[in-house]
Amino acid sequence: MLSGKGLACRRGERLVFSDLDFELAEGELLLLRGANGSGKSTLLRLIAGLIQPERGVLSWQGAPITKEDYRAKLAYLGHLDATKPELTPREDLCFWLGVRGKIRAQQAADLTLAHLGLEGLADLPCRLLSAGQRRRLALARILASGAKLWLLDEPFTALDEPAILAVRTMLSQHRASSGLAVMAAHGAALELAPSLELVLGGHAAEEKA
Amino acid sequence: MTAFLALLRRDLRLALRQGSDAALVIVFFVLAAVLYPFAIGPEPGLLERIAGGVVWVTALLAALLSLERLFLADYQDGALDLLALAPEPAPLLILAKVAAHWLTTALPLMAAAPVVALMLGAPATSIAPLMAALALGTPSLSLIGAIGAALTLGARRGGVLVPLLVLPLYIPVLIFGAAAVEAGMSGAELYPPLAILAALLLAALPLAPLAAAAGLRNALR
Repeated sequence: MLSGKGLACRRGERLVFSDLDFELAEGELLLLRGANGSGKSTLLRLIAGLIQPERGVLSWQGAPITKEDYRAKLAYLGHLDATKPELTPREDLCFWLGVRGKIRAQQAADLTLAHLGLEGLADLPCRLLSAGQRRRLALARILASGAKLWLLDEPFTALDEPAILAVRTMLSQHRASSGLAVMAAHGAALELAPSLELVLGGHAAEEKA
Repeated sequence: MTAFLALLRRDLRLALRQGSDAALVIVFFVLAAVLYPFAIGPEPGLLERIAGGVVWVTALLAALLSLERLFLADYQDGALDLLALAPEPAPLLILAKVAAHWLTTALPLMAAAPVVALMLGAPATSIAPLMAALALGTPSLSLIGAIGAALTLGARRGGVLVPLLVLPLYIPVLIFGAAAVEAGMSGAELYPPLAILAALLLAALPLAPLAAAAGLRNALR
């Protein structure tokens, strides 16, 4: 469904990775591993279409990723949470659902917030939330998006045990309903039974040598 | 369209809760206009003559103040990535942000403009042309400003760069905006300058969001 062939990406002068191939089918999870700076986030941004590959082709359902209909299929979690200090979690979630074309989404938003243990905080401004709670809100956006492809950059950052568990459940349910996910993560991801693992960083090491 | 309205509503809500930014623009506008009588003397004939131009120049500078922040907060907290990935085309979302910027800065400026103009001694007959010219001209200022804000995103000292990029592009709006006030004062035909302001707006409306979208794509790369 999602495949990359011969992908290479350059950031500034540095070739972050090259000749990267992967193929992901429905219900599969691709786990990106590698040291800090090995290009996990870059690859995720590449798959999201935020940056262009130097070489290689990314395709979705056999066709090269074209902008709008592919964008409607994906949900991206960056390393930043994109929460506004002045908005409440409910407002934030309703706004991002509105951006995806869903109106009157308050009920869906409340349900999702409850899923991630934020139901008691739905009306509190985000500036009062902790880092982990803001991360949960960012994850709630992914869950509420209904997207087929999830791109998650270090989803477990700042999360506590119950939240990690909630994210694992959310991921396995997503895969069970034939969703795809690409995730960059460290330790906590090991128990997720990824279908594929991609270890990045060969090039970084090469350049150092 | 849903996305357009959602973004417009969010930006208005944020501006409302932050509050102080719009007030800052107005205070700057009034203070800068008050400097003129101090600098060139309180001679009524002279002030009356330049009132329209002073209002336009100070309003333009005040609008510049808030431009840097147009995309900056969203860029820094990662929201711009998510907006760029929204299913809607980027120029439409940029238009929503520009509309919110206009409503929260230009509209309060327009409320203060007649007061400032009268304070400088502008004749009452020039107020209506001034308001008409501001109504047609300020949306162009917000639209053109979005290009500058998008291009300087991610650059160090972007706030200093924005005026350098944007002020030259503001000159046509300034010329015909001031000409409309002039026409109102001298009793000349008001239609030509207003028509040109409207034409500038109609050109900026589709072109500026496209240019800003290209700038943002570059900044996110």
